[in-house]
Amino acid sequence: MSAGVGVDLKDVWIRFGEFVAVREANVAIEGGEFFSFLGPSGCGKTTILRAVSGFLDPSEGTISIGGANMAGIGPNKRPTALIFQNLALFPLMTVWENIAFAMEVQGAGKKERRRRADELLELIALPGQGEKMVSELSGGQRQRVAIARALCAQPDVLLLDEPLSALDLKLRQHMRSELRAIQRQVGITFIYITHDQGEALTMSDHVAVMKAGVIEQISDGQTIYDDPSTAFVASFVGENNAFAGKVSAISKNQATIDTSVGKLRGRIATAARGTINKGDEAMIFVRPEAVSMSGTGTSNKIKARVRTEEFEGAVYNVFLNTESGEAVKLSAVNQGGARAGSPGTEMTLSFNAAQAVVLPRGELASE
Amino acid sequence: MNVFKNFFDKHGLIVGGYLIFAVSFWILILILLPQLNMLDFSFRFNLPPSKVGGPEDVYTASNYTFLMGRYNHEDVWVWNSTDLTVFYRTILAAVFVTFFDLLLCYPIAYFLAQVARGGFARLLVLSLVVPFWVNEILRAFAFRILFGDVGVINATLKSMGIIDDSIDFIREDIALYAGLGYAYILLMIFPIYNAIESLDKNQIEAARDLGSPWWRIHWRVVIPFAKPGITSGCTMVFMLSAGALAAPQILGGPSSLWFTQLIYQWFNTGGNWPRGSAYAIILLASCIIFVLLMMRLFKVKLGEIGR
Ligand SMILES: Nc1ncnc2c1ncn2[C@@H]1O[C@H](COP(=O)(O)OP(=O)(O)OP(=O)(O)O)[C@@H](O)[C@H]1O
Ligand SMILES: [Mg+2]
Repeated sequence: MSAGVGVDLKDVWIRFGEFVAVREANVAIEGGEFFSFLGPSGCGKTTILRAVSGFLDPSEGTISIGGANMAGIGPNKRPTALIFQNLALFPLMTVWENIAFAMEVQGAGKKERRRRADELLELIALPGQGEKMVSELSGGQRQRVAIARALCAQPDVLLLDEPLSALDLKLRQHMRSELRAIQRQVGITFIYITHDQGEALTMSDHVAVMKAGVIEQISDGQTIYDDPSTAFVASFVGENNAFAGKVSAISKNQATIDTSVGKLRGRIATAARGTINKGDEAMIFVRPEAVSMSGTGTSNKIKARVRTEEFEGAVYNVFLNTESGEAVKLSAVNQGGARAGSPGTEMTLSFNAAQAVVLPRGELASE
Repeated sequence: MNVFKNFFDKHGLIVGGYLIFAVSFWILILILLPQLNMLDFSFRFNLPPSKVGGPEDVYTASNYTFLMGRYNHEDVWVWNSTDLTVFYRTILAAVFVTFFDLLLCYPIAYFLAQVARGGFARLLVLSLVVPFWVNEILRAFAFRILFGDVGVINATLKSMGIIDDSIDFIREDIALYAGLGYAYILLMIFPIYNAIESLDKNQIEAARDLGSPWWRIHWRVVIPFAKPGITSGCTMVFMLSAGALAAPQILGGPSSLWFTQLIYQWFNTGGNWPRGSAYAIILLASCIIFVLLMMRLFKVKLGEIGR
């Protein structure tokens, strides 16, 4: 893991005039890991990536790559290669010339460039396609050519700016595993940007979740999902039912919140432990898959009425409304058995306190 | 016929009819007929009006061969070296002006298209365009004053102590080249600007990110992309400077004739319209052939220019 070259951001601020695009970012990316920045559109992800690749200078703070401060070093001198959101392949060069451009810059001979390009074409599973023009390739193939072009520069750090966002779902899923495989094979640090949380969770060793220029949490995917550190992270990553209220009791690592649907009990998130007190405004989050329709077993019970039901194949989703009007979503594995029933059916939902997370009240991600 | 039906269905009878009328008027009356008339003229003898249509009014190639040379009264071939020299010097000078304009305009176009933004870019474009509101002939005279014996340039150079005696820019044809170069600067800038403006900034950044120095970015990414614009700019500047008349009249040195001035002389003082027509057609044809050869050389297709 630690073989590669790491990237460190220390107290990095990036301003455009008055506007703060990135606020006090502190990130330590280990060498050889797959690190993702996840956040909604306009939260400053591309800005961070451009700062790491050298296209813009942070207003404050330092960026170091492999321990070396990068201040004043231009993009053509950094050991990074950037894959652009729109790929930016050169349309007037053949595929192999595109791939070998970095070697052309270094002054390598044509034979050598061609050989290396063919090796990389092999790696990205496009053997023998070197003579084609970029416009003759499919979206997914262009994608892979862009990766090969960046790899040809032998970067220590590969930066990827939402490279899969233009692809359709099937291809995207396929490219995810392919990207991960390529990363394992070449063993260099990948910094990946996405606003798709599924993408971030499946591929990354670590994920940084951003909101409006602020990094809210950095952790591995599972921790981000199970133990979010802010209300924004809880609502942005995966789906969550949220109920707001006042803390009415605290015992060990659990808290009881007085919400509009009654008293609900949950585990206090690690990041919030010690800072949440009785009487504070708080929120309790419970995932749709943690909600059960049995209505038994725990003290966390919610009365609700079915609004609609949605069949997805492996799972089915039920959308309900509580008596006080809150929307609740529930997901259950399809076992071929009975469903929740027709709209209007009343039922009692329940969930385990251990599977609900209590956090200080905060802004939620807007859908 | 189906084409016409579709055309009229799409545009309606009135608009469609007007479009067809306008385009055919333009092509036939304004372009084709005068040129054909000239072509016909160029193959005739220069006869007094009374003999036109008479038995002596036959076709001849003599107006064309006159540029090459003729047999003198002792039946010895003499090359028409005066006119031939003027001809090749005109072409050479036009090539030079084109090349100079390209060197000057490419960076300006690149700057306008990729670097400057908003108000500043508009101001720059305006300052490029405004001088062309002044009449071409006045502009040429302005250059004459600028490059004159006691003009601004000589005065400045003298006061800075770089030269002791005035440089005769007019005699050296420097004023002419500068004037011609300046006259067509916009025709070079705008096609290149158009081409470069549609280039995705990310491509330039991608090349830079892959370690490319700035000159290679231009050589491998920007120039290939701008090639259609460069070609159309060069073609226009070359054609127009080879065919310019006012600037050579005003700015040309006493010893140097421009080929268009020869044509003008045949039409005007020489009173030999057929020969003038032949010369004009030779100039036109040579320029077209030259441009096509260059396009062949630089692997540009004719269709790309229109883009
Ligand atoms: N050159 C710039 N000048 C001024 N503001 C900028 C500039 N570049 C980015 N911004 C602003 O910074 C914020 C973050 O932009 P950024 O491109 O980093 O977003 P992003 O997270 O990559 O979003 P997306 O997912 O849509 O690509 C945006 O509000 C944007 O308007
Ligand atoms: Mg972005």
